[in-house]
Amino acid sequence: MESLYLVARIAGRPVVIDSEQVESVIDLAGVTDVPLAPGHVRGISALRSRVVTVIDSRAALGLSPSPEIGRAVITQVDGHHYAVMVEELEDVVPFAANPLTDGIALDRVWRKAGRGYVERDGEPILIVDVECLVHGDEKSD
Amino acid sequence: MDDLLQDFIAETRETLETLSGEIVAWEAAPGDRARLDAIFRFVHTVKGSCGFLDLPRLQRLSHAAEDVLAQVRDGHRTPDQQLVNAVLGIVDRIAEIVEAIDAGTALDHSGEDLLIAALEDGSAEVHHAAPVQVRPASRSVRLSVDLLDRMMGGMSDMVLARNELARRLRDSDCDPAIEAALERMSATVADMRDAVTLTRMQKLDALFSPLPRVVRDTAASLGKAVSLSIDGADVELDREMIEAMRDPLVHIIRNSIDHGIEFPADRRKAGKPENGRLTVAARQSGNQIVMEIIDDGRGIDVERVIRKLAENGSRSEAELRKLPDQAKLALIFEPGLSTKDAATEVSGRGVGMDVVRASVDQIGGRIELDNSPGKGLRITIHLPLTLSIISAVTLGVGNQSFALPRQAVEEIVSAGAQNIRVDQLGSASIATVRGRKLPLVRLCDVLRIESSGHETAGMLVIVGMGTGSYALAVDTVFDTEELVIKPAVPQIMASGVYGGQTLPDSGQPMLLLDGAGIAARANVRFGINGAFTRSEEEAEVEEDLGMPALMFLDLDGSRRSIPLSVVDRIEKARAEAVAMSAGRLRIAIDGSMITVAVTGDLPPRGSIALLRLNCGDGEIAYAVREAFDIVHVRDEMTPGEQGPVAGVMLVEGEQIEMIDPNWLFEQFGPNEAAHDASPICLLAGADDGWMRNFVKPLLESAGYRAVFKLEAGQAPAVVLAREGETPDAAGTAPLVHLSDRRGGGADRAGIFRYDRAALLGAVAERLRTI
Repeated sequence: MESLYLVARIAGRPVVIDSEQVESVIDLAGVTDVPLAPGHVRGISALRSRVVTVIDSRAALGLSPSPEIGRAVITQVDGHHYAVMVEELEDVVPFAANPLTDGIALDRVWRKAGRGYVERDGEPILIVDVECLVHGDEKSD
Repeated sequence: MDDLLQDFIAETRETLETLSGEIVAWEAAPGDRARLDAIFRFVHTVKGSCGFLDLPRLQRLSHAAEDVLAQVRDGHRTPDQQLVNAVLGIVDRIAEIVEAIDAGTALDHSGEDLLIAALEDGSAEVHHAAPVQVRPASRSVRLSVDLLDRMMGGMSDMVLARNELARRLRDSDCDPAIEAALERMSATVADMRDAVTLTRMQKLDALFSPLPRVVRDTAASLGKAVSLSIDGADVELDREMIEAMRDPLVHIIRNSIDHGIEFPADRRKAGKPENGRLTVAARQSGNQIVMEIIDDGRGIDVERVIRKLAENGSRSEAELRKLPDQAKLALIFEPGLSTKDAATEVSGRGVGMDVVRASVDQIGGRIELDNSPGKGLRITIHLPLTLSIISAVTLGVGNQSFALPRQAVEEIVSAGAQNIRVDQLGSASIATVRGRKLPLVRLCDVLRIESSGHETAGMLVIVGMGTGSYALAVDTVFDTEELVIKPAVPQIMASGVYGGQTLPDSGQPMLLLDGAGIAARANVRFGINGAFTRSEEEAEVEEDLGMPALMFLDLDGSRRSIPLSVVDRIEKARAEAVAMSAGRLRIAIDGSMITVAVTGDLPPRGSIALLRLNCGDGEIAYAVREAFDIVHVRDEMTPGEQGPVAGVMLVEGEQIEMIDPNWLFEQFGPNEAAHDASPICLLAGADDGWMRNFVKPLLESAGYRAVFKLEAGQAPAVVLAREGETPDAAGTAPLVHLSDRRGGGADRAGIFRYDRAALLGAVAERLRTI
């Protein structure tokens, strides 16, 4: 069964995000730092009258923080709005999801966030659960 | 009271709607305890509300139903079909009466006795028809809070759009006409926002204002004396929460008076003042609203609560005794508990407390009990600040801005100012602010961000937390703003230093700091012992603050004081408006003449302050240069001589004279003044018995003031003298000569002295010509 996915790029790698998880896509500007917040919380930003928490996807995956702030997808987790940073947004495309098989060796966080993969013109692309990115690395240990 | 009545009607209606399902279900399964509790709570709430809305019919019905339901709850009666029907009859009747009250129509009493009688065991069944609901158009609308939230959200969007527009217009040179239009829009948007904000926010006053009446009525019906003090009525809270807190608060207060505060005789025996004291206070504390209800009654008798609960049979006594102390106290929230042996009109059977806890839980609040057996009970309710608008101080550290609740800020001083010093004490920093030593916390260190300025260039924000205070060093303090605070995400709140996030008009989101969290993070802790001694000290100070007195700068340049209780208000006035008339300084205020008392000389012109003093049956004004402070006078006063100054006392090391209001009233009071205002007739020739015995009473009965000798400062309005005499004291006052002969006297102006009418006529005529 096919459903709609947003094709994006996180940490230089193409990923797809279930469109069910995405409320909208924005260009981030004016992010306020939040001292003492966990590393993957980049800050807070205004989305119209709402304040959203900006999640640095690279940091959430255990990589070095994103060098620049660009686009983000807005998602809602537990009643709060988050802007999950992505590097590039390509398209919304219907795909059929395939489960991750044991043979695919992902490192810990990628595996946690990975929900399967889709195939685009023969190229496999990981399905990323943005809710997992929102929670960051905190619940993995 | 109309508002309350409307609230009661709307609320009862709503409960009835939700209850209708429960009733039908109860009818089907009369043994269902949850349904029974729901119906019981409904009639209990109606009973409670009727108590202070003075609706005796509803009260009688609901009380009767409550009695029977209580018997069922206690297992003394089984809910048979007849009982269910009778209760339903009462509930329907309550609905009818509520509709009748709303419509303002009369509803006859017929059948109410029957309905109540039907509740009796073994009485005949009554058949009732469902009431016909005829609802008139209502003047008020109940809106869902979701809709209000949407309005609020839309409003914030509008403000941000306005801000963006303004920013863009500033960047491009634009037509002044467009700017003017933007200004107009800004003003409208601001008004709108205030209005929309108001739809959600309400001062706690709305919650507290009915309390004095509730306390009075409750205390009176129990034969107790209770004095209530309310504090923090201007703290704002989400309207939804106020609504949710209304009933619980009344329940708590009724319970406190009924179960907590003892009868006057018992209080005397216990060595307490006869008047029970009940304090309801609210304050904002960090990201919470804290409401406290404190009484000085007997506290909770935990033993008795346990015995009662064990009797109810829900849990064994041994099991209950094993509970930790706090859990034992919390047993008062168990449904169906009463520590009173007899039910009363007032708080019934302790049913209130389970309802209270349910309501507070529902809005995400928390109740704490602080029980001192024999001394009193403090019930603390913590309510979340969600969506509360708070007044916050915005401050800057490095290149970041933060908000701090205004309520937590005691004062703000410049770190480089005189009287301020910062020292290093081992690893800790200590700020000394005018001799007061405070732990110093550098916000930049706590938040691990880089400070932009030199330390002495910064500001110290003195943060008070109830248990202690500390100085928070920041780079700059910007402003005070009204901010809508919303909770931040858990990942951010986990750091413990934030109270929430906000979106100020700038459009740049900001974090609200939590003063207590920052102190904890900086390892500044205030011991619980310190907190206790401090609060006790404060309590003592409150006990004996002394007499409040108003300090002012008198006309003669001295600093004097006057008891505050006699000062009605202080008004600005122009010195030239005070005029000497009929022997007194007077000023016309709001169409009436008020006597002005002074010490020293009035300046010829300029601004003065008038202390309007009230002595019960009238007022006088005391003119001063300015009033500047209110002090509490505790020391004994050293009495002075008879006069305007009652005595001298020490106020902060300075000798201050205290004005004697009694003397002022005696001298210038309204009775005297009224008498004074009547014109003075100087009777020359005091030795004349006829003048004294005949003319004086005659003049006085006509409303004049007859004197034989002028006092200092008095001027005669008219002088009466024997023909041929021209008394020295007369001055410029007109003279009435009294002649021994009719139509006589050399100047023919003399009045025949036995002609009463002519004499009074002449005096009146002379006065008219002045």
